[in-house]
Amino acid sequence: MYRVLKATQLAERVFQMWVFAPHVAHHAKAGQFLIVRVHEAGERIPLTISAIDGDAVRIIFMTVGKTTELLATLRQGDMIRDIAGPLGLPSEVSKYGTCAVIGGGVGIASAPIIARAAKSAGNHVIGIIGARNAGLLILEDEMRACCDELFITTDDGSKGVHGFAADVLKAELEKRTIDCVWIIGPAIMMKVTSGITRPYNVKTFVSLNPIMVDGTGMCGSCRVQVGGTTRFACVDGPEFDAHLVDFDLLMQRQRTYQTEEREALEQYHEHSCSCKGGE
Amino acid sequence: MEDRPAGQRVHDFFEVSPGFSPDEAMLEAERCLQCKKPKCVNGCPVCIDIPAFIAEIALGNFRNAAVIIKADNMLPAVCGRVCPQETQCEGECILSGKEKPILIGSLERFIADWERAHGTSVPEKQASTGHHVAVVGSGPAGLTAAAELSRLGHKVTLFESLHEAGGVLMYGIPEFRLPKEIVRAEVEQVLAMGVEIRLNHLAGRSITVPELQKFDAVFLATGAGLPSFMGIPGEQLNGVYSANEFLTRVNFMHADQFPVFDTPVKKGSRVVVAGGGNVAMDAARVARRLGSKVTLVYRRREEDLPARIDEVTHAKEEGVEILTCASPIRVIGESCVTGVECVQMEMCTPDETGRPAARPVDGSSFIIDADMFIEAIGQGPNPLLISEIKGLARAKKGNVKVDGEGKTSVPRIFAAGDVATGAATVIWAMGSAKTAARAIDRMLRED
Repeated sequence: MYRVLKATQLAERVFQMWVFAPHVAHHAKAGQFLIVRVHEAGERIPLTISAIDGDAVRIIFMTVGKTTELLATLRQGDMIRDIAGPLGLPSEVSKYGTCAVIGGGVGIASAPIIARAAKSAGNHVIGIIGARNAGLLILEDEMRACCDELFITTDDGSKGVHGFAADVLKAELEKRTIDCVWIIGPAIMMKVTSGITRPYNVKTFVSLNPIMVDGTGMCGSCRVQVGGTTRFACVDGPEFDAHLVDFDLLMQRQRTYQTEEREALEQYHEHSCSCKGGE
Repeated sequence: MEDRPAGQRVHDFFEVSPGFSPDEAMLEAERCLQCKKPKCVNGCPVCIDIPAFIAEIALGNFRNAAVIIKADNMLPAVCGRVCPQETQCEGECILSGKEKPILIGSLERFIADWERAHGTSVPEKQASTGHHVAVVGSGPAGLTAAAELSRLGHKVTLFESLHEAGGVLMYGIPEFRLPKEIVRAEVEQVLAMGVEIRLNHLAGRSITVPELQKFDAVFLATGAGLPSFMGIPGEQLNGVYSANEFLTRVNFMHADQFPVFDTPVKKGSRVVVAGGGNVAMDAARVARRLGSKVTLVYRRREEDLPARIDEVTHAKEEGVEILTCASPIRVIGESCVTGVECVQMEMCTPDETGRPAARPVDGSSFIIDADMFIEAIGQGPNPLLISEIKGLARAKKGNVKVDGEGKTSVPRIFAAGDVATGAATVIWAMGSAKTAARAIDRMLRED
């Protein structure tokens, strides 16, 4: 059992949680993830390790299904049944020159830890964070503190540049040389944004989030196509060369359990509404 | 002791056989000739004193029988169920030529079940040596080594990456062949010997190789958990599973009980399983229990099926259609599986294993309509930890190279079970683990 040390809401449906997990905290590096099982009958879901502090790690998640909704009900002092990690390979951080770290939506959760690692490796770090609207924008202060420059975009123009992170990236690429780019966000956003860097031949990493079960290389559920070969995101990734990733396949496989996910969530809502009188 | 009817079995996950009653066990035990030079013991990879425990059963001294078995085997309820006795102890039994062999496996299972119901005893331990051994992996090899090392007086810490101990016994072998409550009880017995367990610890990640090497010795029992894929077109479609994934979802995450348990699994109306080993049979029989029509496709002949005869028989009884001399070449579908294209195979000269090599017949392809495809074509060692150990010699298929005692090329690191031998049986993993544990003990005492 792993204790929740602090739980706060960052934005609509977006939550941040610090949990006591020394085995993860003492070994985790930027880009790695952990697997959470909330309760005894729970499923195993992967979440990015978004910050490390002593014996604790931070996770940030959006409520998209039963498990994340359940996780969001936990408060300080509550227990999470299982946390395994750190899993996956760390980000390939080295001194590239100028780096851009781009976070989209809840994917911004992974941005500061990578930006910090890139910064301490001696890079000039440009941060670009984008969300649908100003209310959904998270970790702005944190990104500002660890990046040399920070750009903000919103789809509706309620804050920063009106548009997508991809637009800002394109404008910057036209102005100057960027040596390495990390893009973390929804699959479609990573597909579109990495399409921008391709003609400039910029080394671009994306962090993939396919469906996983064990997260240790045992089941093959998270297999993705990278450069025409099958790779397991849990042990060979989660970061891959963006220009080699088959994003359409990733999105197709992410939809495998859509029906079941909806069913689980509906049942959970019916159940929790009758218990708590709704929220 | 009769098997439950297949028509009933396919609707639940309870065991095929209810096991011996005490009277049946004693009657069976009385058939034993108590050979002076018992061949059955030679057939047992962990050398249980089989005639001795059978003699105690015949006398009704079940507690004594349990003590005798557990001197050599800490997982008797598991082995009594999943060992291929027909090619081991029972295959060697002198009676197997004349009438039928003593049902040693069933007797072992009976004693283990009896003891669990009547209170277990913790085997005696030797005085503490002050040495501390890390055991990586809590499957059959890891549990055996942990128990043996603990019995010999060493402190043991067992590292398991998943949220529950047992390895393949939990995630791989289905409930109807090996109830999970039994695995839990046998794991508890190992822990009761003072073994400390760290769940959710993936060695190589949650504990690094240098950290592991701070222990007085390291025992690698990480198994053969890496699923092989056939590499055929369409393998990425939704509805294609490795047997590992399908079985883990159901056995370990209880996806058959979705949405009471949160992990889902697809329940195909028509499932094709590729493979012919025990894992393929397990996947096929699980799919039957989820209500699917199941066709198992195997590239060689029926007599070449590597699965235990019992498993093949049970699978057939439960309505699994076995299609031999055929091999999948393509999975068909837009985003989800709609069919599996197979090709007929012809047999040619036998290979080094004595089985004929299979060759596709030109122009013989045919399509099986299916909405799910499960590949059970074998597993390799998970490279994650072993590739991070500098200087660790590996064999052809990536397995860790060991000598006859489980010593690897790196000082103080030992390995046993599937990670060393390649995918094999539970009991072979346990046998090699016991040998390696004793080698570790000798090494530590010479320090």
